[in-house]
Parts: sequence; structure tokens; C-alpha cells
Amino acid sequence: MEDRAEVVFLEPDYDVTGKIRALSGISPELCYQCRKCTSGCPLTFAMDYYPDQIVRYLLLGLEEKVLSSATVWVCSACETCTTRCPNEIDIAGLMDYLKQQAHARGLVRPKENLSYAFHKAFLDDIGRRGRVFETGLLQRYMLSSGAWKAKLSDGTLWEEIRLGLALFRRGRLPLRPRGIRDTHELRRLFEKAPVSSENTTQSSAS
Amino acid sequence: MPTVGYYPGCSLEGTARDYADSIQGVCRKLGIELVELEDWSCCGATAAHSLDHELAIALPARNLILAQQQGLEDLTAPCALCFNRLKTAEKALKKKASEDPSTTPEGIQVRVWDLVEYFSRPEILDKIERGIVRPLQGLRAVCYYGCMVNRPPKVTDARAWENPTDMDRLVQTLGATVLDWPYKTDCCGASHAVARPDLVTALVGKLFRRALDQGANCMVVSCQMCHANLDLYQKRIAQEHQLPLPVPIFYFTDLIGLALGERSALNWMKRHMVDPEPLLASAGL
Repeated sequence: MEDRAEVVFLEPDYDVTGKIRALSGISPELCYQCRKCTSGCPLTFAMDYYPDQIVRYLLLGLEEKVLSSATVWVCSACETCTTRCPNEIDIAGLMDYLKQQAHARGLVRPKENLSYAFHKAFLDDIGRRGRVFETGLLQRYMLSSGAWKAKLSDGTLWEEIRLGLALFRRGRLPLRPRGIRDTHELRRLFEKAPVSSENTTQSSAS
Repeated sequence: MPTVGYYPGCSLEGTARDYADSIQGVCRKLGIELVELEDWSCCGATAAHSLDHELAIALPARNLILAQQQGLEDLTAPCALCFNRLKTAEKALKKKASEDPSTTPEGIQVRVWDLVEYFSRPEILDKIERGIVRPLQGLRAVCYYGCMVNRPPKVTDARAWENPTDMDRLVQTLGATVLDWPYKTDCCGASHAVARPDLVTALVGKLFRRALDQGANCMVVSCQMCHANLDLYQKRIAQEHQLPLPVPIFYFTDLIGLALGERSALNWMKRHMVDPEPLLASAGL
């Protein structure tokens, strides 16, 4: 009888897969759990749920669990799963969809998610000039994400600085950014996008 | 003189200037005129496709439309991720045009080329072969293709995505010994290098172990993200994985330049983190 108290009742949202299909064109319900995606995934060692489990949770309607997982941010989008899925489910595309949703709905976990911070800094940098200026991007990412503090405490900050200097000496860290001429078009693209770089600061604060 | 469109991408103006130099040097030597896409913009990279589906298509699509307007029939993209995003946009535009012919009436006719694929065209491969003055004997190389030029084949139009051989054939043509190995298209971690270096060193450590087991004394790549991940952190990886590093990492264009006797080739390679000079000296190159 004691075991009964530990039974967890799921509150599935049966519309989850339908929504995914409508928004992204991806059909996770085609999955028959062969686990080929997980078998070929190079990053399972760092994931909290394996790719097949992500799909399974979505089929069970547990979207929020998946949206706040580490897995979606650990995925490197190497596309091995998408390429090998016998049912042609775009699993890497699904990971992108989940990242986009977590970003838009403020569900990114943990709060100090460095991969997320880097993507945001990167997209912001594109919005500035139309091209990424790596020298500036790396500095801004380090400062805005607080990554420098972690690197200071584990001693890797000096390693990074040494690497930066070595690249600079080799002429690989230019000091002046280059941008595109058609800034009007750039603004139009970034304004048209439903989740623009302006929104990213809001969702990270929420 | 063949002319071809060229989309360098952001890193080739920065951390991958060494790659840009080697591409330009080799093309000059081979008489290929690179026509840089006017006012090109960033492809959006991993950041856009992770956070914003619309921008992930709109950013690369802008470049395809520019190429079309500028009359470029072929567009080469050295960066594997740029190539992948441009191909993704090409497929998306095609789909849109088939659903609604009024959107892009003439359609996008530009052909996007991965650089290895472009250099593997029979006429260029032939030109390279005839120009070799210094066969690269003594180099035992594994070719590392990475993810984005091959996967997913529906996007990249790759024909041999699990076991590509174009770069192997090219490097073999240059006179090097090319070793077969099973990790040609395994992931290096790509842009994780900045935020999650722990993931990159784990993945790259695995690649190095296998390459060394295979008897390689160098690795050859065609993507600047692969190059950075393999080349920049070898000291740390050697410690973490107890591996006998360093091992030089070449761009395939470095090796073409070297074999063609291009004098500036050594200068391109001096800008890599791992100095290839000792290996080249021991091979008499």
C-alpha cells in the first residue's frame, strides 16, 4: 500500500505532437522506438534524456519536461539522428524546435545555460552588422553570461587569454568589425522575425 | 580562366584567416577566379537555427537571392556550416516556390558547392594532378569530413554521407598516404567549443585516439570549425586523454598549395596553432 503513495499521475497534453507538426512539419508520432537515434548520437554521455526518450516524452504529452531538459542544449545538431531515422523523423530539427520553444517561452534550464547565452550573443551580433565579429562576440559572451567567473575559478581563464593572444599574434583576431552595406534589409529581417534578438533579453530575464 | 562565386563566411574574415589565405593562394595558382559575393551576410549559423526558425532560413536565403541577382551560377562555401545553411535555404525556397509560384517566379538557380566537392570536379582535379611539383610522400593522413557537408543528405545532396571519399581521393592525388578510418563524419562538437569546451575535448579526444591508432601523422579537414576544435586545444586534450600529441591539422587547400609548390603555403600553415614544420621537415617537404 505504501507504494501507492509514490504513484505519479501524468498530466499529458495530447495536442503536443499535433502542435509540433503544425509549427515545424516534423512528425514525432511516427517513432516506433528503435533507438537508432540514440545509438548513433555522439553526445549521449552528456544528456539527461536520450534522444529517443525526448521523442517518447513528447508522445506522452510531457512537453515542459522536455523543454527544460539539458539534452536539447547538449545536442550539437550533427544531424546523425535525422539522417538515420528509418521513419524519416527530423530529430535534430525537433531539438531545434524545442530550443526555439524553450527560448520563446522562457523555459530554458538551468538559468546559467552557457550554450543558450552563446547563441543569444551570436544572434545579437548578426543583428548588429549582418556579419559576426568573433573578437567582439567572444568578449561580450564572456561578460554577459558570467562565463569568465567560472573560468576564473577553474583556472581556464588564463588558458583562454593565452589562446586569444596566440590567435592575435597569428593575425586571426582582427580588431575591427566588418558589416554589410544593406543595413536596411538587415533591420527588416530582424524585425520581421517573430522571436527577434530584442526579445531574447526578455525571455532570459523571465 | 574559370570563375566561381565565393561566399567566405564570417570566420574566414577572422579566426580562419589562415584558411581564407590558403583558398585564395591555391585558386590563384590554379587559375580559378573567385568572385566574392557582394555584400554577403552571415548565414545565421547554429545560433539562428537554435533560436529562430524564420531567421535561420531568411539569413542564408538573402545570400542566395544576392547570388542570383549578381548572376553567379556557382557559389562555393568553404565553411561546412555556411554550406549547410545555404543548402537548407535553397531547399526551403524551392519548396515555397513549388507551393506558391508567385513568390520567386524565376526560382533560385544558383548551385551551392562545398569546396572539396568543387575541387573534386574532374577538370580541376586534373589540373591539380598536372601541376604537382612536390608529391607529399611521408604524410600519412586521415581525412576528416565532419558533419555539415554531408548530413542530412536530403539537404546537402551528398551521395556518400556515411563514407565520403572525395577528400581522400584529392589528398591521395597529391601523393600522400591516405588511411581509411571509421570516424570521417563523426562530430567534433562544432560551436560547443565556446560554451561547452568539455564536450568538444571529449569528442575530439576520441577522434585523435582513433586517428593515431590508425597510424596517422596528420589530419586533413575542409571546415574551419573542425580545424579549430582539432588544432586549438591539443595541449589540454593530450593531458585529459593521455595522448601523444601534437599532431598537425591541415586544410586540404594547404596540402594542394604545398604539392603545387606554392611558396606562400608555409606562411598559411604557420598561422595554425600546431606547427607542421617538424613533420614536413621529417618528410623532406
